[in-house]
Amino acid sequence: MSGKFGKLILYLVLIAAACTFLYPFVWMLAGTLKPEAEIMTFSPLGSRYSLDSYKLMISKIPIFRSLFNSLLVSIISTVCVLFLCSMTGFALARLKFKGRSAIFAVILFTMVLPFQLTLIPLYVLMVKLGWVDTYAALIVPYTMSPFAILLFRQFFMAIPEELIDAARIDGLSDMGILFRLFWPLSKPALITVGIVHFMGIWNEALWPLIVVRKEEIMTMPQMVTLFAVSGQAEAQIGLQLAAAAVMILPIIIVYLFLQRYFIESMATSGLKG
Amino acid sequence: MPGITVNNKIGSGRSGYMLVSPYIIFFALFVAYPLIFSFVLVFHHWSIVGPMEFVGLGNFAEMFSDSVYWKSIINTLVFLLIHVPLQVVSALVLAEILNRKIPARAFFRAAFFLPVVVSGVAVTVMWKQLFSTDIGILNQMLGMIGINRVPWITDPAWAMPSIAIMATWKNIGLYVVLFLAGLQSVPRQLYEAAEIDGANTVQKFLFITVPAINPVLVMVLILSTLGGFSLFIEPYVLTGGGPMNSTLSGVLYIYRQAFSFFRMGYAAAIGFTLALIVLTVVMLQRKYVEQEI
Repeated sequence: MSGKFGKLILYLVLIAAACTFLYPFVWMLAGTLKPEAEIMTFSPLGSRYSLDSYKLMISKIPIFRSLFNSLLVSIISTVCVLFLCSMTGFALARLKFKGRSAIFAVILFTMVLPFQLTLIPLYVLMVKLGWVDTYAALIVPYTMSPFAILLFRQFFMAIPEELIDAARIDGLSDMGILFRLFWPLSKPALITVGIVHFMGIWNEALWPLIVVRKEEIMTMPQMVTLFAVSGQAEAQIGLQLAAAAVMILPIIIVYLFLQRYFIESMATSGLKG
Repeated sequence: MPGITVNNKIGSGRSGYMLVSPYIIFFALFVAYPLIFSFVLVFHHWSIVGPMEFVGLGNFAEMFSDSVYWKSIINTLVFLLIHVPLQVVSALVLAEILNRKIPARAFFRAAFFLPVVVSGVAVTVMWKQLFSTDIGILNQMLGMIGINRVPWITDPAWAMPSIAIMATWKNIGLYVVLFLAGLQSVPRQLYEAAEIDGANTVQKFLFITVPAINPVLVMVLILSTLGGFSLFIEPYVLTGGGPMNSTLSGVLYIYRQAFSFFRMGYAAAIGFTLALIVLTVVMLQRKYVEQEI
């Protein structure tokens, strides 16, 4: 395409695409505020706006409890991943010990293992451990990830040896080197792992549906799913949209401020997967 | 690895084991045990309470003649057949446009990426309303340009394509970003040299752009395949697997067998075959697509 006319066409394509991706969210958020009868109009404008859908939704499901659960589960498992996987990545990148290459091979192997294979046996394990309907089932199986270990390993291998030598002369232990020297030098890796893992757990719906049946333990994706498929919200579109909105608003707000990090991190995880 | 010698001699072996021990425990409990147990489970009938009953290859024999199982495989293929080309072409077009000096480029990239970060459950709840046959705004828009209502999720022939469209909408931003990175890795001089030699736009695309983005293309294919065989929450929320099992996915069928019918052995056997299919397809894609272009 050449000339001003071509540029204009390309620009119109981009604008149309942006509307396709953004407008449904605008429509949905407007729908949560409009009277029920006006939700299914194309325009986001309503005759009046109110929080009625949210109030009714809050009275029907313990959405704040599930918000708390989602935060709890996502934060704890992400913190665990950052600490435990950077420890493993550090040992694989920087320490010599027998079996190191075997462990590395095992991690590569687990990365290609399809989850369909272990889904049911993992559930059986939860039953045997007595973890069904507990936070442990939602958190412990997600405290490590092969992707995070490999990313940390790769990052740590690029740190110059002289820095480590100097740190050892200063009397730092291996743990000291990891957390006081490597961590501050590895912010991009920490951010990537943090975002990718947190988002994965925050959005996960299948595993909670399998291991949790008690309402007090449910995370938001599970709560909203069950609300949407059960008869509870039937014929009340505003309620369903309000429940979905509560789930995505926190992420959208964080995304507005950190979008560059989100995009780079998730693209990295795509490349690695 | 160079240079690990000087001060590392003492203690680092022990320290290495200490640091990897959490992973070893994690691996033994949450990977190795389920993996080994899956090889036991697939040969048994088991309702999770009560004893396991050994049935040999019974689960696999049943699966072979289970038309619902085959339906779930076909559904997944239908999904991939629509999802993959739609995804590759539209992501490539958008990336190609964004790979120019264009005002507000960062805004467009961020806008396309937004559906990627939000929850699949929320997206599906939203699309369920957009897809509504009688009053949904998709059909309202089609109506404005004179197209009849489409029974998006109420007609067995339309339901799976609708899910494929929704999944494409949700994932495309990721692939735009990846393709864009691939396109940006091509040096400008290559295009200029080709122009001097008289290459046209199509030739430039085929012989310069496509080889450059080939690794990304392989990855998009693999990620889409993995996504297709992991499909669960979209049909669960949107259609419950219906109408007439037309959106029943492999994982949804595992879920149904395990938690509606309490047939753990059969569910595990289905998972086992799905995993085999996924691994085979991914290996073939790696081999052929990487070589051909």
